[in-house]
Amino acid sequence: MKKLLCKTYLAILLLLLYAPIIFIGVFSFTESKVLGNWTGFSTELYENLFFEAGSGNGLLRAIENTFIIALAAAFASTILGTVAAMGLKNLKGYKRRAMQFMNNIPMINPDIITGVSLFLLFLFLHVTQGYVSVILAHITFCTPYVVLSVMPQLIQMEPNTYEVALDLGARPSQALWKVVIPQLKGGMISGFILAFTMSLDDFAVTFFTRGTIGLETLSTYIYADARKGGLTPELRPLMTLIFLVVLILLLVRNIRINRNTTKAKA
Amino acid sequence: MTKKASWNLPYFIFLMIFVALPLVLILIYALQDGQGHFTLSTITRFFSDGDSLATFALSLEIAIETTILCILIGYPAAWILAGRSFNKSAVTAALFILPMWVNALMRTLATAELFNMLGIGLGKGTLLCGMVYDYLPFMIYPIYVSLSKMDKSYADVAEDLGATPFQVFFKVTLPLSKPAIWSGILMVFMPTVSTFAISEFLTNNKIKLFGTIIQENINSSMWNYGAALSLLMLVIICLTKVLSEDEKVAV
Repeated sequence: MKKLLCKTYLAILLLLLYAPIIFIGVFSFTESKVLGNWTGFSTELYENLFFEAGSGNGLLRAIENTFIIALAAAFASTILGTVAAMGLKNLKGYKRRAMQFMNNIPMINPDIITGVSLFLLFLFLHVTQGYVSVILAHITFCTPYVVLSVMPQLIQMEPNTYEVALDLGARPSQALWKVVIPQLKGGMISGFILAFTMSLDDFAVTFFTRGTIGLETLSTYIYADARKGGLTPELRPLMTLIFLVVLILLLVRNIRINRNTTKAKA
Repeated sequence: MTKKASWNLPYFIFLMIFVALPLVLILIYALQDGQGHFTLSTITRFFSDGDSLATFALSLEIAIETTILCILIGYPAAWILAGRSFNKSAVTAALFILPMWVNALMRTLATAELFNMLGIGLGKGTLLCGMVYDYLPFMIYPIYVSLSKMDKSYADVAEDLGATPFQVFFKVTLPLSKPAIWSGILMVFMPTVSTFAISEFLTNNKIKLFGTIIQENINSSMWNYGAALSLLMLVIICLTKVLSEDEKVAV
């Protein structure tokens, strides 16, 4: 009885959580311009998304920008964050606390504060806001997460690995690329993925730092679109696809983890 | 380059330019008038403007209500998910966390459209529902992690010593998960108190929150007043953070 009650609670909660997403998914298969108005099954919106979106409404352009910015920001913050973590590990006392404190600020700050403060920075430095400022802003809020992802592996690593490699005749670059980096690869990859998804998701920081050159990412496009009244119908299949991709990735990952733990137990 | 400590230099410089300086700039811009002279008028303007104050109070109210609702709804869910009686399937837990990875604007728009279709008028009620819907995973996640890692023998001992299940929960489990609740509070309260765009969508622009006023001022080139409002927001965030740190330590 108690178990049934618990399961019902979870089921109702999940149903409510997913209702809007399912709703969007169902209505991605009809042509109607107005959401919630079923005009018969059709895959036209999906076709439009892939074959026509770029021509008329700039949606494809926004998707492209989103991915370029996310890739650039994730790549740069992975490098910067890894180097920072390596340095941070060797710091002691107040210097270490100060760096960690600074590293925490972008993670704690709400998006709007990060956005406004960086907007003021670019204004102050007379930097024209556009692609570059958005990427720099994204690096700012992504890097702390990379530092935190790489740190655990750095701590686990034998402390003198780098020096030992040098003693054994490796050049500094070899010691780094052939000895240190391979051991940090896991943390760097999860840091990269984290940075990438954070950048994809961002709205507020992009909104404040993109300037007035008309740069649109997916988030700002959706925002502008919704403010004009009425969502572009092609966004429905897009949301559905993005959601399905995330769902599948997550399920695959979890099933694999489950299988591994069962194997370990057996 | 003998010590790897010198590897700190690039990130240190980066943090100074992109984290420290921008925050100082908020302070500087907040305390200047349009001509670059020092003034406190931006701050006094806020405290003498009834509309701004009302919006500020409403934002705080909405954020607090959202946070409380998230605890009330999220805690039982996290408790069931981490519980022994529940078939501990990581997939079910993942399903609760999954919405965090979908663009918040998209989720919010979908919610607003759903309310529209069901004929529910957009207003404060839908705003609260939408915010809870958006941030519930952020409350469930830390509590779930803490409860599933918790040493179950504490609860067992309490039970053996004669505590009722009710007592076990309120005297053992709940206090032990207090730091996680505070993490959840931080993760829900901070974004909800500073939100913009989401509130506009969920109320069809009927209700303005503090974040929206900041955005409107910055976008209409009222940088100094926008910065002053941001400074105020920053104070709220710092207070919340300090308070939650105290509470975490006090456990």
